Amino acid sequence: MKLRSAIYLASATLAFAALTFASTLPSGAADKIDPVADAKAFQKFFTDKFPKVKYEDFVNGPYSMNEDLHRQWQEKEQFPPYEFSLEMGKEMFSKPFKNGKTYEDCFPNKGIGIRQNYPYFDEKEGKVITLELALNRCREANGEPPYSYVKDEMAALTAYMAFTSRGKPMDIKIPDDPRALAAYENGKEYFYTRRGQLNFSCATCHVQSPGERIRAEILAPALGIVNAMPIYRSEWSGMGTTSRRFTTCNSQIRGVPLSPQDDEYRNVEYFLSYVSNGLPISGPGARP
Amino acid sequence: MRNMTQKSALVLALLAAGAVSALAAGSEDEYKAAFAAAEAANKEAGKLRNQWTTTASTLAAAKKSAEAGDFDKATTSAKEAEALAKASIFQATSEKTRWKDMEIR
Repeated sequence: MKLRSAIYLASATLAFAALTFASTLPSGAADKIDPVADAKAFQKFFTDKFPKVKYEDFVNGPYSMNEDLHRQWQEKEQFPPYEFSLEMGKEMFSKPFKNGKTYEDCFPNKGIGIRQNYPYFDEKEGKVITLELALNRCREANGEPPYSYVKDEMAALTAYMAFTSRGKPMDIKIPDDPRALAAYENGKEYFYTRRGQLNFSCATCHVQSPGERIRAEILAPALGIVNAMPIYRSEWSGMGTTSRRFTTCNSQIRGVPLSPQDDEYRNVEYFLSYVSNGLPISGPGARP
Repeated sequence: MRNMTQKSALVLALLAAGAVSALAAGSEDEYKAAFAAAEAANKEAGKLRNQWTTTASTLAAAKKSAEAGDFDKATTSAKEAEALAKASIFQATSEKTRWKDMEIR
């Protein structure tokens, strides 16, 4: 009986202590969604961590991390390995579908110089629309089968669209819509959530350890990481889309990847693009 | 007498065979139960969008051993797969709040 009373008393004390602690937190501060403050803090984190890196250079990923790598990047850019893909994308982009229409008919400004506005939140659908998704929807709307999100055709098309937007600052909008804020917040949650048997989150590599080696690779900073997509990776001996990057990251940490363009991936791309607002589009990129 | 011995040997052999098959059957049942538990846990991890590749490969290894008739090995693999799936469930559940610790503010 005495033991039971002691347990009740201890539980009540703990509950009271927890309530007291909770009441000392600033009200609502923990849960308020504030993308503007997030982006500011995100950018400050990286500029503080790498004070020598020129701000615009963050879009060059590992090549921005030290002088040697930066030189390698400059040399690589003279004969860029993504050039074939770029040519292929340009040709594909202007080639009419069977119905006579082209990709130009699906996008604002005929698809030229608009990469910086993707992904966007579609208020009608209530979801995030990425460039890869928009391209496949364009194909389907014109009676063409969709491309694989992780293969060369999609990489070529997005490479061309990125190339026509080079230098334009990323400009992602979050409309005044609770669903858009929720999508952004879900993307943020996905970015920081540990998963896979290795217990890594996206942030483990790209926030905690950019510039460090993971085996033979130098990790890229998360800031500006999407601005360079799609990328030619020497490790892949080929081009990779944003979808390919996300799914491969998942399997590398021993997590079963979701399907490309599942909500989680669309939302995390929305979050990552928003916090990189202002940084120039540099895609297609090349990576070791 | 010789007939008796032969009969006894036959009975013993049958008993032994029975015992072995009973053991084997027990082991197969144990494997089936372990495999079902692992699959159920992995399905739950799937609902949480957090399956591990190692759970899938360990489940596949369990199935392969069972098909080869090695139910002891199959059961061990199935139990390991269940432990992996449960760990992925724990991870997904605890990360529901823990992710905020890593957030840049």
